[in-house]
Amino acid sequence: MKVQDHAQAAAQFIKDEERTDWHDETLWFVRKKRDLAAHGIPEWEQLREWASQIKDHTLSNLSHYLESFEQKATANGIRVHWAADGEEHNRIVHQIIADHDLKRIVKSKSMLTEECHLNEYLIQKGISVVDTDLGERIVQLRKEAPSHIVLPAIHLKKQDVSDTFHDFLDTEKGNNDPQYLTEAARQHLRDYFIASELAITGVNFAIAETGGFVVCTNEGNADMGAHTANVHIACMGIEKIIPKAEHLGVFLRLLARSATGQPVTTYSSHFHRPREGQEMHLVIVDNGRTRQLGRADFRNSLKCIRCAACFNTCPVYRRSGGHSYHTAVAGPIGSILNPNLDMKANADLPFASTLCGSCSNVCPVKIDIHEQLYKWRQVIVQAGYAPVSKKLGMEGMAAVLSSPALYHFSGKMGRTTLKYAPFLVNNGFNPWYKQRDMPAPPAESFGEWYQKNRS
Amino acid sequence: MNSRDRILQATAENQPAQRDLPVIDFERLIRYDEPAVVFEQVLTKIGGQLVRVKNLEEVKNRFGEEDQEKFCVDVIDCTEEDRLKIKAWKATDLALLHTLYIKGSFGVAENSAVWVDELAMVNRLLPFICEHLFIVLEEKEIVPTMHHAYQKTDVNRTGFGSFIAGPSKTADIEQSLVIGAHGPRSLTIYLIEKDSL
Amino acid sequence: MKVALFIPCYVDQFYPKAAIATLELLEKFGLEVSYPKNQTCCGQPMANSGFEHLTKGCNNLFVQNFLGYDYIVCPSGSCVMHIKDHLHTEENEAAAQDIRTKVYELTEFLVDVLKIEKLEASFPHKVGLHQSCHGQRGLKLSQMTELMAEPFSKPGHLLSMVNGLELVELDRKDECCGFGGTFCVTEEAVSVKMGKDRVLDHERNGAEYITAGDLSCLMHMEGILKRRGSKVKIIHIAEILNHHLS
Repeated sequence: MKVQDHAQAAAQFIKDEERTDWHDETLWFVRKKRDLAAHGIPEWEQLREWASQIKDHTLSNLSHYLESFEQKATANGIRVHWAADGEEHNRIVHQIIADHDLKRIVKSKSMLTEECHLNEYLIQKGISVVDTDLGERIVQLRKEAPSHIVLPAIHLKKQDVSDTFHDFLDTEKGNNDPQYLTEAARQHLRDYFIASELAITGVNFAIAETGGFVVCTNEGNADMGAHTANVHIACMGIEKIIPKAEHLGVFLRLLARSATGQPVTTYSSHFHRPREGQEMHLVIVDNGRTRQLGRADFRNSLKCIRCAACFNTCPVYRRSGGHSYHTAVAGPIGSILNPNLDMKANADLPFASTLCGSCSNVCPVKIDIHEQLYKWRQVIVQAGYAPVSKKLGMEGMAAVLSSPALYHFSGKMGRTTLKYAPFLVNNGFNPWYKQRDMPAPPAESFGEWYQKNRS
Repeated sequence: MNSRDRILQATAENQPAQRDLPVIDFERLIRYDEPAVVFEQVLTKIGGQLVRVKNLEEVKNRFGEEDQEKFCVDVIDCTEEDRLKIKAWKATDLALLHTLYIKGSFGVAENSAVWVDELAMVNRLLPFICEHLFIVLEEKEIVPTMHHAYQKTDVNRTGFGSFIAGPSKTADIEQSLVIGAHGPRSLTIYLIEKDSL
Repeated sequence: MKVALFIPCYVDQFYPKAAIATLELLEKFGLEVSYPKNQTCCGQPMANSGFEHLTKGCNNLFVQNFLGYDYIVCPSGSCVMHIKDHLHTEENEAAAQDIRTKVYELTEFLVDVLKIEKLEASFPHKVGLHQSCHGQRGLKLSQMTELMAEPFSKPGHLLSMVNGLELVELDRKDECCGFGGTFCVTEEAVSVKMGKDRVLDHERNGAEYITAGDLSCLMHMEGILKRRGSKVKIIHIAEILNHHLS
């Protein structure tokens, strides 16, 4: 099946205008909560600057920090694995599962495992994984992908969740109370936790100085899994490294405030050594990150701490839904990360933006997201992934606009046919005209007026 | 070359020129006249509650008043023998853990997080699997911000430690806040007042 | 002071009144303003679509037209931002770099260069101010709601000097209208939905007019207003500031 591009999928999403409004308002409310939380910290902008500088420093010494992290983590009794790509990551995880012949596996939220399509890989090997984050469990039961990296089920209404839970968890039909539904999920997932043999978690930060890693959740599901199972596998991209524990002071102040407006997540758990009798594995994944590190214009996308503030503020994301981005990480940050993973398949994403710049302003590590969107557009066009019609249109427009004579001629003709501005042709086939009127063409251009009145 | 070496080599080749670490100037940080008051305000907002107590004795008495029909555990100053027993408990043993009393090392005013490490937990699962969590905290151990918090402890002193801020929660269904996701349904901080020490 | 007027292509063709108001306004402040007549476009429509490599002709033309002025003033934040950020020319790069420092958006020129403190303008209407993203976030004409910093607004400051004008409070002070250049046709559904939501915010809060420093945003919103048969009208900020001035 051909994946719809962003514009097509977004148009589909917007057809249900009431739901689109709800989606927009709900995420805008999260943005407002973020603003309120940030306003409570007078040094907020300074914090962003520090966070950005720490990440810049880390990227400039990443190989050193990775090695020192590995050494410390190994000394701590953590088994460190390295995966060049998603396939190798999946193979490593599967191997650990197979070595122990384990069946009962729980997983807390990890966008990296989504990026690598771990669940699908393991299903092919006959292994099923239970996602334990409530939002992720909801979408897993519905056989959908998360639509938001922090709020995975934000595209769903409570009646959708109620229907799903009625089908799978035998809850009362039509009971849409979030409290009731969450309680049902708690009971359902508790059984999996108690019985779990292996837990997979993501990693929010990995500390080079101490060889430990930090996992942040509100639900407590990462901890419930990691502390019940005898084997814990944590998966991280190479960019999760920070130099020292003290730097967490900066990042943990920013992360939850930027994400949901909370002062901090309920749990910020620091894992340094496996508990007695436990095996702890850590898989460090490249999957295109070293390539991105080499792209001067795009490397600082690797500073991302996955707070999703750019999703919540993005007027396009709010009105098109996460699935329209057809990738594990949607939203503005996804649109600058995904072309690095597959430029052709994700050529539409950098264009799914008005370049309004709000994303860069909320970013807690000051990634110049909207400027990178602009730059990716250039790279994608140069690589030949622009539609032919667009290319021809642009060449025509450039020819007219490069020549005053042609411009003035087209202008005269154009104000009735409006040809030179291709988005303004007055007919039913033109996307401009579908839901918008054209400006009324004036009798004369400013240039013509000026000629008569000033020269 | 294996993946490890390839990744490290590619990283070394592609990483940009040296950028310096910033100096975190503590003079720039928010100050609170009364950190404990802020701590309580924030805690209340995120669904926790604070009870001021005079001393540990009072906490012990309160533990004695908990419903003894339920599975209640107090890991504050427990004996070595108890520690060994508690440590050995598995998830199946703890499935019905109702109440847990535990000691927090220090708290953070700006977000009401409390640092609890493995030494205090005895068993890592306890503070996450219990239904109701009670953390004892000394008022004098409240610092203003997370920057100060990381100066208070070496995070790798024990194999595991967590900042715990409020009861577990989720808003994954229509952004409606529900307290009691997978972890505790309630969190109470017993704050041992400064003056009473 | 040698001042050149830079009128973006679509303003020249579709909104000459805004260009005339800009010229008249500058003249009222005693400036001698030239309008280089061979100007066309800043090249942004191509560049923002990923075709920056096709903007050489526009860039060369821009440098030829605007070389040697002290100030280049333009009633569009978006075009000014594009020139400031992206003007290059192989023919005379030093001149391009120089021009990048001399180009001003109209309200920024009035506030920062002319330091206008008084206007003899009146516009007795309820007006909603649309913050065009490129002017606001790109040129920092107004403080941005995302940042934890002191509020200010150059267009707002100027509008506060207009007699009788009542600025309406919006629910979302600085949300994008969804025009976005070719975005408005390639992402038609999202673009229109954004525009509708923006227009509704102004309507809900009682605006009779929506004003902005960028006609691209206004053209998009006007298209939606007209199609919906709304009574709300659009007007470029230069037309308000120039109202009753003569």
